[in-house]
Amino acid sequence: MKTSDLFQETFLAIIANKVRSGLTILGIVIGIGSVIAMVSIGQGSAKSITDRVESLGTNLLTIMPGSQRGQMVRGGMGSATTLTLEDAEALKTISTVKTVAPTVSSRKQITIKGSNTNTSIYGIDANYFSVKSITLELGIAFSEVQYKSKNKVAIIGPTTRDTLFGENTDPVGQKIRIDGQEYTVIGVSESKGGTGMGSSDDLIYIPLGTAQQYITGSDKLSNISVEVLAADLMDSTEEAISALLLQRHNIASADSADFSIMNQADMLSAMTDMTSTLTLLLGSIAGISLIVGGIGIMNMMLTTVTERTREIGLRKAIGAKRGDISLQFLSEAVTLTFISGIIGILLGWLLSYLVSHFGGITTTISPQSVILAFGVSGAIGIIFGYYPARRAAKLNPIDALRYE
Amino acid sequence: MIECKNVSKIYQTTSVETPALKGVSFQIKDGEFVAIMGPSGSGKSTLMHILGALDTPTEGEYFLDGKNVASLSDDELADIRKNKIGFIFQSFNLLPRATVIRNVILPLVYANVVKEEREKKARQALADAGLEETQFDHLSNQLSGGQMQRVAIARALVNDPSLILADEPTGNLDTKTGDIVMGTFQKLNKEQKRTIIIITHEHDVAEYADRIIFIRDGALVEDRENEHKRLGARTK
Repeated sequence: MKTSDLFQETFLAIIANKVRSGLTILGIVIGIGSVIAMVSIGQGSAKSITDRVESLGTNLLTIMPGSQRGQMVRGGMGSATTLTLEDAEALKTISTVKTVAPTVSSRKQITIKGSNTNTSIYGIDANYFSVKSITLELGIAFSEVQYKSKNKVAIIGPTTRDTLFGENTDPVGQKIRIDGQEYTVIGVSESKGGTGMGSSDDLIYIPLGTAQQYITGSDKLSNISVEVLAADLMDSTEEAISALLLQRHNIASADSADFSIMNQADMLSAMTDMTSTLTLLLGSIAGISLIVGGIGIMNMMLTTVTERTREIGLRKAIGAKRGDISLQFLSEAVTLTFISGIIGILLGWLLSYLVSHFGGITTTISPQSVILAFGVSGAIGIIFGYYPARRAAKLNPIDALRYE
Repeated sequence: MIECKNVSKIYQTTSVETPALKGVSFQIKDGEFVAIMGPSGSGKSTLMHILGALDTPTEGEYFLDGKNVASLSDDELADIRKNKIGFIFQSFNLLPRATVIRNVILPLVYANVVKEEREKKARQALADAGLEETQFDHLSNQLSGGQMQRVAIARALVNDPSLILADEPTGNLDTKTGDIVMGTFQKLNKEQKRTIIIITHEHDVAEYADRIIFIRDGALVEDRENEHKRLGARTK
């Protein structure tokens, strides 16, 4: 039996049972489609989280104040005020530290004529933008003079700009009121994507001195961002900073430190772990439906074998060998899964497109997930088709012909 | 040429041995038209399965064109069926959702006949079996019983087998159609010199043949020339 004959037989057999073939294909299509869509959602969110963390700056250590451990009441992270500008200055003496950017932050009500919002105010110094890899969309950064003389000038995030002034407007030169005091907008930062907590799009930057004097009213810092020279120096630098600050704060043991150091790389790997678990979870849920679809194929093929017992007997009587029969049924199963695979990939692609378009979730279809889904569908065809095919091939032609 | 030497077949279930054939011996020469007769349960179906290489005997030897079929494997038997034997079944056993021509082409597919040859051979076989050309592209389940039997005959003929085996070929047909079908067999036997063996339990049907072999309880009881040969209706 030639390959072209095999295809013809397969085609005729599938066409002969349109409804049943269609339903079987539907089962696999849903399985493969959901695997691709689920994995694309998982990988998309993994990518967006990674991108966001990376956009916040690489080689970055963030030192946050915290109350000393061992005391009766422990405040929330960042709520304590144990870091000072002198601490930040001292950190510059560590050789592996590239730049130090002390910040203070606070949430305030912002008002302009006819609009208002509530957002974070960041008091920053000249190093901040380079440490956090922030660039400006409009206007210019704070000047040396503005830092020194604690001018009331502000650079606002794009989301804040959109909220206050309307989308894509140029607010440079406009006045905003923070906590009742008037500031002049001199720039808008470039969007870095992302929403919610940690977004660098919805906030207002002002010079550090200005913030300390007019917003928080103290010389304490909210956190210190430290850029390290190279990624492999992160751990040693973290230890050096910890030792230095413990010494400056007169604390004997690292266990009772009144600050904590957050390592960007650690955060990234924690996030990555989380999202890959998510991807795995979504993928395995979808995988279950793929297996159910596979059992559907097996069920259909077994029904077909039973239903076509006489036909198998006849084919054997007119000269079909075992190999011919098993190849025919295997080919039917594989063809069904192959068709399902193609439709399933299209469906998965469509689903993930719809999810990203209407659901606002980033999705990424990786070639691996397509290959995986296709490979799995092929394997399902072969595995779940093999048993019915073998059963058909082993039928005794006499018994098969007598079968009612 | 067909030769059975002391052919026995015993069906073995877990505890009981049921002998279906008990040492049957006979010869059939090329070009003969033979009817194998016997009541149901006589072992004639078992004999047909062995003659048709669908089954092998438990004991004894069966030579088809000089080759001992008794000891062949499954796939070797399939080769014999493919190259030397044409089957016509009582219930026709056509593929219901395939066209007439497709049904006849099927044995050629398994025999690896090149595509261009298939259609030509199939049309010739259908014409030989006496089917109208207008029906070649009909689905086989749209045909009448007589037409189905003709398709089955054509399918049996298409591979140019040395032996045509028919199991109760008129069993599902009315007398008139049966007569036409038997006439076709006689024509094929006479004009194309094909060896034809029909299995039947009806005297009327057996009398179309040149020679009748009687089987009872698994043993050959009579083997004689048919003196009062009936002639079937001639087509064309």
